[in-house]
Amino acid sequence: MCTLRYLAALAVLLALTHSSAAQQGYPVRLDLGTAATPQDLTQFYSIPPDGRGLPPGKGTYAEGQKVYADTCAVCHGDKLQGIPTPGIGGDKLIGGRGTLATETPVKTIESYWPYATTIFDYVKRSMPVNAPGSLSDDQVYAVVAYILGEANILPKNAALDAKSLPAVAMPNRDGFVPDPRPEIELYR
Amino acid sequence: MSDPDLLADYDPKTRAQIEAMVEAERLALARRRSELEDCDCKTGMFPNPGRRGLLFAAGSALAAGMASFLTTARAAERKAPPGSVLRDVPDDPTKVPGTPIAEDGGYGLRSQFETEVRWRFPTATTISSWTMSPLDKSEGIITPSGLHFERHHGGIPTIDSNRHSLFVHGMVERPKKFTMADIKRFPSVSRLHFIECSGNGLTEWRKPTLKTVQGTHGLISTSEWTGVQFATIAREIGLKEGAAWVLAEGADSAVMTRSIPLEKLLTDAILAYGQNGEALRPEQGYPLRLILPGWEGNTHIKWLRRLEVSDKPFMTREETSKYTDLLANGKARQFTFTMETKSVITFPSGEMKLPGPGFYEVTGLAWSGRGRVARVEVSSDGGKSWNLAALQDPVLPICTTRFRFPWFWNGQPAVLQSRATDESGYLQPSLKQLVDIRGLAGPFGSIYHLNAIQSWAVASDGSVTNVHA
Repeated sequence: MCTLRYLAALAVLLALTHSSAAQQGYPVRLDLGTAATPQDLTQFYSIPPDGRGLPPGKGTYAEGQKVYADTCAVCHGDKLQGIPTPGIGGDKLIGGRGTLATETPVKTIESYWPYATTIFDYVKRSMPVNAPGSLSDDQVYAVVAYILGEANILPKNAALDAKSLPAVAMPNRDGFVPDPRPEIELYR
Repeated sequence: MSDPDLLADYDPKTRAQIEAMVEAERLALARRRSELEDCDCKTGMFPNPGRRGLLFAAGSALAAGMASFLTTARAAERKAPPGSVLRDVPDDPTKVPGTPIAEDGGYGLRSQFETEVRWRFPTATTISSWTMSPLDKSEGIITPSGLHFERHHGGIPTIDSNRHSLFVHGMVERPKKFTMADIKRFPSVSRLHFIECSGNGLTEWRKPTLKTVQGTHGLISTSEWTGVQFATIAREIGLKEGAAWVLAEGADSAVMTRSIPLEKLLTDAILAYGQNGEALRPEQGYPLRLILPGWEGNTHIKWLRRLEVSDKPFMTREETSKYTDLLANGKARQFTFTMETKSVITFPSGEMKLPGPGFYEVTGLAWSGRGRVARVEVSSDGGKSWNLAALQDPVLPICTTRFRFPWFWNGQPAVLQSRATDESGYLQPSLKQLVDIRGLAGPFGSIYHLNAIQSWAVASDGSVTNVHA
């Protein structure tokens, strides 16, 4: 009996050893996580230069003027000139065209930003700094139209929507070059 | 206030920022000096020997006893340095029982006599700012998690890891949501890597501006990071034909985004939840951050909540208006990801004072975003002659390497420099070489990616200052 029991136990042990050996190694996929539904993903956005993912809605320069005065001017100044004061620190938004190749470049949306879609994406995600994400899509379109109007990139009666925003030609669109490093000058 | 000549070449906005930074460093130094007055337990020569030097010169039992008395008497008035509590200091710790075990509540504290802290760059807003790591007192290659430099664009979010998820979607076969529990079930890796902000040294392009190595180089830190390789996650979700870029997004109030080439993610990226043996600190991205070894710190998205696979970059604010390098010709370099070979002597460094001629072990850190450090050379004559430094093991890829160099100071003025070469053969350049190539449209033009040789001048009285040599 004792021997039989011993043999049975041994057989089980061998079977276990064998099956665990067969399972060694890492699976290619673990099937972890749950499927992300389209509904899950509606909360997210990120707008590339072609405008993919821009929401419906629209806004005009005039509407944007009010949004700006109510929401943005406190940090960026009533003339979009920026307020570098401690405790505020809003960037200057317009001006600076023609300064990039000088000793004192002034980098603003007008002089430096290559894509209007970036303004929409950034304002919608991060502004205003005390209540990010609080502007409606219409308000974001409007305030972008206002800033671009003040920057003399769009006329002061322009309206923006998902179709017209990606078509805006920014002055510094061709101002960027790929990273050449390591710099070949260092190998002379 | 800073020397007006020093800042004369800068535009008003830049001047204001640099003046503020100089002032922040001055306050930090003043605080350290006042702590030294209270305590002669400091080792080393930082930043001012003051009373301690005097006592050492006296060298008598009486002087030592008096020092101990003063220290004890003042302990009650002192404020505990961050991360410590004040305890009574016995004259002889062998004659009284020590602190009961686990009185710290189960999470250890540092000594009340250690005062190093990060200090903040005084940006106008406190939620978009950065802090510098105190490299001058650094030991070895690991940065304590509580001293790791920081850069935030919307403050530090408070996130419950039980409610945090990572979404991976876009050009994938199986878009998914992963809880932190899911992520921790994947096979993991632990690797030591530095992270350096591409703005490290931004004040130093035109003139030697900040005084200490914390100010000039404090935006680099090294940790052991533990997490899941992106490649593991990629198989889980299935990459579609044409996938080439991935947007990484953080769950802070800036909802930080950067576009990352898929090639980099499939080379060595880690979705990290561990730092130096425990969970990430909140200011380092708790509960999940991206680690892109050797790439500029800004791309290591913290509080990671989303990865969107795409065929093109998204051209976010942080990769167009910021973190691009404006050159003298008005064009700006974009997607300048790699942190190139760099080194700095941390001892002796700015504001220290050597007590007299004799032997000193010069030591510092070297690193490269392209691989291992192959060698470090040290000069004590401003770069006229160079000598090999010893590299302290371990020498790891894309990690800080500690170097050491024996130096006999003859008491004459000297200029100490270090220069590193990495395993690709890239030799750390001089500042002049970089300025000749990139121009001086900065510091708020081309402010980023300053990896030039750093010079510390040692005067005949032993004082050490930041110079351009």
